[in-house]
Amino acid sequence: MAADLSPSPTGAAQASASLPARSRGERLNEWLDRNARHIFLWPAVVLILVFSIFPLVASLVIAFSRIRLSGGGFQVRFVGWRNFDKQLFGSEQFHFLGTFGPLSLMGWVFGLAVTAGVIWWIAAYLRAGPTFIGTLGRLFPWGLVLGLGWLLSYTALSGRPFGTLLTTYFYVLVGCAIQFVIGMGLAYLCSRAIRGRNFFRVLFFLPLMITPIGIGYTFRMLADTSKGPFSPLWQAAGLGDFSWATDPWAARMFIIIADSWQWIPFVFIMLLAAFENVPRDYSEAASMDGASEWQIFREITWPQIMPVAATVMLIRVIEAFKIVDLPNIMTSGGPGIATESMSLHALFAWRSLDLGQSSAVAYLLLFVTVVTCVSFFNLVVLRRVRS
Amino acid sequence: MRHFKTPLAAGLLATSMLAAPFAQADGHYNGVTVEILTRPGPVIAGRLAERGEEFREMTGANIVVNEVPFAEIFQKLLTDWATGTNSIDVGVFASGWGVELVNGGLVENLDPYIAADDQIDIDDIAPYFREFNQKIGGSTYLITVDGDFQMLYYRRDVLEAAGLEPPRTWEDYLEVAAAVHGQDMNGDGEADYGSCIFKKRNAQSYFAIGSVAASFNQTQGTGEGFWFDQETMEPRINNAGWAEAFRLYKATGEYGPPDELNHDIGDTRALVTSGRCALAIDWGDIGPLSIDEGGEAIRDKMGAIIMPGSRRVVDPASGELTDCNDSLCPHAVDGINYAPFAAFGGWAGAINASSDDQVKQAAYDFLSYMNQAAQSNIDVTIGWTGYNPYRNSQLDDTSNWVQAGFSEDFAQNYLGAIKESLNHPNMASDIRIPGAQQYTGVVLDRELARFLADEITAEQALANIEEAWEEITEDFGRDEQAQMYRLGLGITN
Repeated sequence: MAADLSPSPTGAAQASASLPARSRGERLNEWLDRNARHIFLWPAVVLILVFSIFPLVASLVIAFSRIRLSGGGFQVRFVGWRNFDKQLFGSEQFHFLGTFGPLSLMGWVFGLAVTAGVIWWIAAYLRAGPTFIGTLGRLFPWGLVLGLGWLLSYTALSGRPFGTLLTTYFYVLVGCAIQFVIGMGLAYLCSRAIRGRNFFRVLFFLPLMITPIGIGYTFRMLADTSKGPFSPLWQAAGLGDFSWATDPWAARMFIIIADSWQWIPFVFIMLLAAFENVPRDYSEAASMDGASEWQIFREITWPQIMPVAATVMLIRVIEAFKIVDLPNIMTSGGPGIATESMSLHALFAWRSLDLGQSSAVAYLLLFVTVVTCVSFFNLVVLRRVRS
Repeated sequence: MRHFKTPLAAGLLATSMLAAPFAQADGHYNGVTVEILTRPGPVIAGRLAERGEEFREMTGANIVVNEVPFAEIFQKLLTDWATGTNSIDVGVFASGWGVELVNGGLVENLDPYIAADDQIDIDDIAPYFREFNQKIGGSTYLITVDGDFQMLYYRRDVLEAAGLEPPRTWEDYLEVAAAVHGQDMNGDGEADYGSCIFKKRNAQSYFAIGSVAASFNQTQGTGEGFWFDQETMEPRINNAGWAEAFRLYKATGEYGPPDELNHDIGDTRALVTSGRCALAIDWGDIGPLSIDEGGEAIRDKMGAIIMPGSRRVVDPASGELTDCNDSLCPHAVDGINYAPFAAFGGWAGAINASSDDQVKQAAYDFLSYMNQAAQSNIDVTIGWTGYNPYRNSQLDDTSNWVQAGFSEDFAQNYLGAIKESLNHPNMASDIRIPGAQQYTGVVLDRELARFLADEITAEQALANIEEAWEEITEDFGRDEQAQMYRLGLGITN
């Protein structure tokens, strides 16, 4: 048997003769099998490296440099933290953070209330059994809330102008809240059996298709109090001498109205899909048991759409942090710097070829966006989903 | 400084000699494309495109006009040329911005081209534009297509009806504006405005404030300048003169449209041409716009005059505002110090030094074609082109203007105001140093906007500007900036 099992010289010769023809395809297949993960992964990795990581690293280098364009290229001078220092403590502090001065009574009250809230938050976390990683992660949102609270106290609540950081947060918090409430309301209505709901679905979705530049110019024209289509109504109401563009809060609110007009459809369409996916059996059963519409929404519908709603708002918040087109078109950041967002701040610096300052502002925006969104996801979304 | 080499000059001369008779359709630039970058049309860009089509029919050169927002022209050009992308052959921009580009060795020296050009008639270009706007460090790098001075425009009919004279000082300006504010000036039954001056951020307000501030801060002639100390480059901005200018500029808004803080030059011109403004400051465009379609409401009703002056100026010894006297205001007239501001300086074309030689020659020939009297003397009489007069033949001869639709009286009045500004011994120059846009277009513009929006006082705004200007000067190098500043002020009319 052993002799039978050993390959005869003739058999070996035959095998070696047939091996190349057969094994080339097999070897290729085997190689492809062995390297499949690399073949699938590397193109994506290279693309990410080239288009995401490299610009991120390059802009980080620029944020610590002073760049001057000249014949034959550009000169780069390393300036350390100077670009960030200028925004946080130097001549651009008023622009990024706001104008500081003595605290008003309102400022003290609000600042202390925020501090007390953060202390309560920390205490509640410590009582619940803290972990090292959990504590480390929470240091960022604690610091951010405390910092923003006192910044608001020292600036707006003490009668002084605030900078692009708080303006951006105003767009994010107020704008997204308005968009969420109205978008969800419209989605809820269109998920019901109402007449003409297909028409309204298309109508409510349309603004999302329009370019932000067009929306900016349209709203600027609509709101023109001397030449716009609503000018007669405006005059008849006795507001002929008032212009939203010259009042900081009116200008900010008007930008939020235009932004909401553009983005409510996004919230609407996503939540409409979520509402449509809620099984009718539960709500019908609850209705037969005598539950009110509000009770059905709160106890049955909301828990089921909550994960989608949270994801929608996370996407929307990330987008809102980057708002630039509407304030640029509608007010150019004015009156003063009242409507200037951080993205617009970076754009203006870039326009004047101050690339270091522009990158520094962009990195500060990245930092607050990441801290806010990660905190929102971990502390609000995940907690609600788990519960 | 780019040195001129004799063989290159000979080559250029020969090419130019061939190019000179391009009025004939010889197609000697067939296959050549000249890429131009400028502001969005129709203003400036529109006429470049139209004349470009004529030029293509004559020479075969394809002229492509690329348009980008005003605020992005300079950085796009600098980025394109400095990084070697070189997708643009010609930039048409504010002449003052050229200094930084020339300093970086990015702009073609046009002296040899002009020397070989027998059609441009360089001596017909008014001395200020020829010697100051087009030249940097004694050599010509730019070809003017538009001459810019800010002037005061007033409604003759409205002021006459009110028994008022055109304002001679900024205090007069406020008085006249207050007296006629609220009148219906165009017969539409609505109350109109005493004053219209653009005040929007990131637009042109930093030019307007220069026009107000100049007469408070510059008294000794054009060579004095009013932006920096010539020796130390310390900003001359944190003083009582600029503070007064800030307050006056803001005060004009009390007699303007309610949303004036959001008005750029386009919004203001729309109000002026629709007959809604008694007073306005603007470049030379209002004159030709009044005879364009849409200017019916103000046709033959406008007057133009040199920018108002001031009876009080900053005394260098005390730093305070002091009444004019013979030594303090040597150029004053009736105790009023005028300092007409050459805001922006005018649109001018510069050629990329790295473009191909044939493209550079075609680009020069096209700019020369735009500039030549045969074309430009017509273009400056058309309002929508955005081109204002810069040649002696345009300023001295009213026939083209009358032919275009001006009355003889208004043509004399309009051109007289420009000439008075242009030839004034105390004419105020715009900033012509590297970083000019950062100094004024970013810092001055932003702080002025904050002051207008009541975010800060005039004194805070000026202190902020001083600090930020010092930082910019340090970044670019104080000595180099001082040298460029002095160079820019060296030529007076």
